[in-house]
Amino acid sequence: MIREITLGQYYKGDSILHKADPRTKILVTIIYIVSLFLAKSVVAYAFATAFLALAIYLSTVPISYMVRGLKAIFMILLFSVIVNMIFIPGRILINFKIFTITYEGLTTAGLMALRLIYLVMGTSLMTLTTTPNRLTDGLEQLLGPLKKLHVPVHEIAMMMSIALRFIPILTEELDKIMKAQMARGASFDEGNLIQKMKSMVPILVPLFVSAVRRANDLAMAMESRCYNGGEGRTKMKPLKYEKRDGSIFLATIVYMAVIVALRILL
Amino acid sequence: MKIIKIQDLIHRYVRKDDDGKEIETIEAIAGVDLEVEKGQFIAVLGHNGSGKSSLAKHINGLLMPAEGTVYVKGMDTQSEADIWKIRQTAGIVLQNPDNQIVANIVEEDVAFGPENIGVPTEEIWERVAACLEEVGMTAYRMSSPNHLSGGQKQRVAIAGILAMEPDCIILDEPTAMLDPKGRQDVIKTVHRLNQEKGITIILITHKMEEVVEADRLFVMDHGKVVMSGTPTEVFARVDEMKGYGLEVPPAMELTYELRKEGLPLPEIIMTKEELVKELCQLS
Repeated sequence: MIREITLGQYYKGDSILHKADPRTKILVTIIYIVSLFLAKSVVAYAFATAFLALAIYLSTVPISYMVRGLKAIFMILLFSVIVNMIFIPGRILINFKIFTITYEGLTTAGLMALRLIYLVMGTSLMTLTTTPNRLTDGLEQLLGPLKKLHVPVHEIAMMMSIALRFIPILTEELDKIMKAQMARGASFDEGNLIQKMKSMVPILVPLFVSAVRRANDLAMAMESRCYNGGEGRTKMKPLKYEKRDGSIFLATIVYMAVIVALRILL
Repeated sequence: MKIIKIQDLIHRYVRKDDDGKEIETIEAIAGVDLEVEKGQFIAVLGHNGSGKSSLAKHINGLLMPAEGTVYVKGMDTQSEADIWKIRQTAGIVLQNPDNQIVANIVEEDVAFGPENIGVPTEEIWERVAACLEEVGMTAYRMSSPNHLSGGQKQRVAIAGILAMEPDCIILDEPTAMLDPKGRQDVIKTVHRLNQEKGITIILITHKMEEVVEADRLFVMDHGKVVMSGTPTEVFARVDEMKGYGLEVPPAMELTYELRKEGLPLPEIIMTKEELVKELCQLS
C-alpha cells in the first residue's frame, strides 16, 4: 500500500538533474507549477509538455516510475474531470437527460487533467532525482531566512529527514504486526466501515508504542553523538551552486517567459 | 591513566501512579565503584535488569547519577560545560541498530557525529573514509541503511562513533539483536579497534563467549558489582556465576564439573574443540 507511492523514492542515476543543486530543483519545480496555472491555451500546454518531456529525458528516470506515482491521484483526477465536464456551461455536444457535456467543459476537463498529471509528474521528477537528505538540505537552506522569524527551520528539516528514514522501517513493522494479528485470527477486510476501523486498533496501538520507543532510542543515540541543534554544525556535503545550475535556471526562465508571453498575448 | 572513574554511583528510577504519587523507587544502580585504565578492554556482564545498561548510559552522560560521581578523563558528567566533550570522548553504541542510524545513506550517517561537533568539511570526508575502512564497510558507503544486515548496521553505528575520534567506546549489548555471523563481525571489529588504535572498550553483554579475551570483567547483579577480575579468575567460579543468572557455555560447565571430579584439566576451556583436544591428551 505505502510502498507504491513514488513520492519520496529516489531513483539512482548520474544525470545532470541528479547532480543539480537541490535548491535549483525545488525552485524550478515551483516555477513549473506556477507556469501550469498560468497556461490556459493549448499552445502553452504544448510548451509545458515539451519542458517536462525534456526534463524526463535528461533525468534518465524510466517513465514507468512517474506513471506509478500517478496511481495515487487517479481518483482525484477522475472526479475533477467528471465534475468539470458536466458543470461547465457552453456549446452542447451531448445531451443526456439530466446532464449535458459541453465543448468548453470537455476542453477544461482535459486541460485540468493534464495540469494535475504534470503537477504530480513534475514533483515526482524532483523527488526521484534528489535523495531525501539533499532535498531537506535544500529546503533548510531555502527557508533559512525564516529563522529570523523564529521558525525552527533546522529542526523541521531534521524531522523530515528522520521521518523519511523511518518510513520503510515502520512499514515493515506494520506488515509484521498485521501478520502477527492475522495469525491469531484477526481479519481486516470484513464487515462494514466501522468494524473495519475497529479492526485497525490492534494494529495501530502496537505500531504507535513501537514508534514512540524507537523515537526515544533515536533521541538518545543522537544526543550521545553530540547532536545539539543546528548551531555550530558543519556539513559533510555543503550545497554549492555550479555552472549546470546556471544553465538550468536560464532554460527555466526562458520557458517561463514564453508561458507568460502566451498568457498575455493569447 | 584512569580514563573512567566511577565513585559510589547510585541511580534511582521512580515509578509514579496516575495521580503522580510515587509508588516505589527502584535502585537500578546501588553503589558502584569502578575504574577503567586507558586502552583496556572491559566487559560488564549481567542478566536483564542487573543495571548494566544504566551504568553504560551514565558513562556517556545520558543518565545523571542520583548520588556519587562519574568522571570521564577527569571530567565530571554532571558539569554541563563538559557534557559535549564527554560524549565525544566516550561514545556509546546501543542495542538496536535501526534506532541509532540517523541518515538515509551510510556515509552521511557516519558524518553525523563530526558534523555535530563542527569538524570542517574536508576533514569529515577523510574521517568518514577512514572509519568505514576501519569497520570494513567501505563497499557500502553509498547504500541505504535499510538494505544492510543487522551486523553491518551495527558496524556502521561503530564507524559513526569512531568518526568523533573518541578515547573510549561503550557498547551496550551491541550483539543482542544479531545473528551469529553478525555477532562475530562486530566483536572482531571491536577487538581490532582496541588492539590497533588503543581505544578503550567497555562491552556490556550477557554472552560469555564475547568476554573471554577481555582484560577485565565485572559482573553486575541488582545494581551492584558482585564479581570482578580477569576472565580466568571470574570464570573459575562457575557456581557463583550461575547464581547471578548467567549462562555458562556448556564446554566450560563440563570442564568445571570434570575438574571437580579430579580430572587435571586447565581452568578455562571455552569451546567444544578445545575441550576435545584437552581430553584426548589425558591418558
